[in-house]
Amino acid sequence: MKKKLIAILLAATCALTAGLTGCSGNTATSGTDESKVVAGFVYIGKINDGGYTQAHDAGRLAVEAMGVKTYYVEDVPETVADTKEAIQTLIDEGCNLIYSNSFGFMEGTDQMAKEHPEVKFAHCSGYMREDNMSTYFGKVYQARYLAGIVAGMKTEKNYIGYVAAKGIPEVIRGINAFTLGVQSVNPDAKVEVVFTDTWYDPTVEKQAALELLNKGVDIIAQHQDTTAPQVAAEEKGAYCIGYNFPTADAAPKAYLTAACFDWKTFYTDDVQKAIDGTWTSRAYWEGLAANMTYLDKLTDLCAEGTQKKVDAAQKAIIDGTLEPFTGPLYDQEGNKKVDDGVKMTDDEIWNMNWFVKGVVGTIPA
Amino acid sequence: MEILHQIGLFLQTAIQTGTPILFAIVGGILCEKVGHMNLGVEGMMLMGASFGFTVACATGNPLLAMLAAGAAGAAGALIYAFITVTLRGNQVVTGLVLTIFGTGVSGLIGGWVSSEQIPQSVSSAFRPVEIPVLSNIPILGEAVFSQDIYVWLGLVIAVLAYFYLNKTKLGLYVRAIGENPGAADASGINVTLHKYINILLGGFLCGLGGAYLSTAFLTTWQDNVTAGAGWIAVALIIFSTWNPLKAIFAAYLFGMLRGLNYKMQGWEIQIPSQFLTMLPYIATIIVLIFIAMRKKKENQPPKALGEAYFREER
Repeated sequence: MKKKLIAILLAATCALTAGLTGCSGNTATSGTDESKVVAGFVYIGKINDGGYTQAHDAGRLAVEAMGVKTYYVEDVPETVADTKEAIQTLIDEGCNLIYSNSFGFMEGTDQMAKEHPEVKFAHCSGYMREDNMSTYFGKVYQARYLAGIVAGMKTEKNYIGYVAAKGIPEVIRGINAFTLGVQSVNPDAKVEVVFTDTWYDPTVEKQAALELLNKGVDIIAQHQDTTAPQVAAEEKGAYCIGYNFPTADAAPKAYLTAACFDWKTFYTDDVQKAIDGTWTSRAYWEGLAANMTYLDKLTDLCAEGTQKKVDAAQKAIIDGTLEPFTGPLYDQEGNKKVDDGVKMTDDEIWNMNWFVKGVVGTIPA
Repeated sequence: MEILHQIGLFLQTAIQTGTPILFAIVGGILCEKVGHMNLGVEGMMLMGASFGFTVACATGNPLLAMLAAGAAGAAGALIYAFITVTLRGNQVVTGLVLTIFGTGVSGLIGGWVSSEQIPQSVSSAFRPVEIPVLSNIPILGEAVFSQDIYVWLGLVIAVLAYFYLNKTKLGLYVRAIGENPGAADASGINVTLHKYINILLGGFLCGLGGAYLSTAFLTTWQDNVTAGAGWIAVALIIFSTWNPLKAIFAAYLFGMLRGLNYKMQGWEIQIPSQFLTMLPYIATIIVLIFIAMRKKKENQPPKALGEAYFREER
């Protein structure tokens, strides 16, 4: 009898906890006409992951503030089956505008877009588009260029480390823009890259950063989803540049700034278009000018005169007089890849698969 | 002597990344030695990570944080022990469920503290400490004598576990239960009690391993902080042939392999990183083949591993 009681208690505890952690869906009360649009979000991580998904969820909350009802499914694995199931759940809840926030959701989102022509879709960071499916992403490389200026001004050893996730154009583009930013103020500095082969693994990210710091870099930049590289920099008395959103608290003695996304810029714009009835499938890729991406405000640790240089470059990028990827650009071996004065097209930048001169490291196969 | 300094720093990092896994391997060995295969290592680590982090933030006391982490891991192990020892449930399924359960609990608890920072009092206690004089020895100075308290604790616990299992009467009981619980029972050993004690101890160590990651190695909350370390530990239990001393070697070797991945990128040697990720598992398979072929007695898994013990069927 006693055993039974314990078993029931245990089961009840498990069920309760599971119920608490597995929540999905969020109800906003709104009775106006534009609430006919119901937005659904498919997330790769948890809304409180303190990183990528949390940054997206801030965008969702901004949509809710517009009086639009939203639902979300979090922690969705990057398989076609899981993606489709998550999207089906959202459609069953009545969503007619669905966002999926990770590259791995592309295939599943595309299939669902074909199966549900009455629903509008948008997929983040991919390249598949349909009549009812957009793509969206931020030109964070522009913010990275500014971050490069900050690092180039600060480094004393002219030796900067960069912890990178995977050898794909999105990452390579960022490394290149960052390096060009560094070189714009400090032509002698080099940027050494280490690839971790993971977007999210705090231990691995810190270990990779420590390896770079052991080799003598005095600044760590990152294309990773946790603050672990920043913690490593602080521990070794170096400086760091964050990614995704401001994280000054994670490494207060090391944090210079961060290259950030402001996802609400896209989400509110896109939902507004759906409400107005002007929504069409598009390839949304905006940067500093639209405030889709931005550089976090500089901390006091930055070198003197940095703010002025950053402001000037930011202004020039926004008014179009400065495009970071303008020739002459050389690859690592010194071959000229882009001729003097030629601006790379968005398409070329999107598909970039070579490192500019000054980057140390090889792109993994 | 720059090269020696570099090697020392490399080993220092490798040992730090191996340490949480060392805790988990030793915890897993204690559990398997009483015949219980616990696949819940990852879950118990995560529970330890989240409770350790929460208590560290709430109290600012490093010792309390460690105790809370261990207790959380042990609480997970208690669920497991109740189901597999007392109710004689399937160990594999229970272990898997414990991992899923622990991941969920950790995400929930972590969500409440995700914006918190580890207070100074805790993070400074867990910082690497350079031991005077000794830390000037080449290589060993960085690798061994500039480490944090958890690294030392891990070493001490592994050695203690070895003596406990192999040199004490209690350890003899434990091994007897793992080999043949019926015979152990007949000789008057309280099988259930020893199973509970070891499974809970194992859970305590797994919890500590998780807390090392969240409170000492990282100091900010990261969801799913172990990212599979528990599963590597499950594989390395076999690699170390259920011997806590070899576990030290296994854990540090794993840390080195992963570090080597980044080092080699600097040397521009091209080995796919996926290959290095596979290595611990390949090594485990090779060890499994070896112990199956050589039949050396001290390298075999506990005979009753994975089997529930029914007293009435003796």
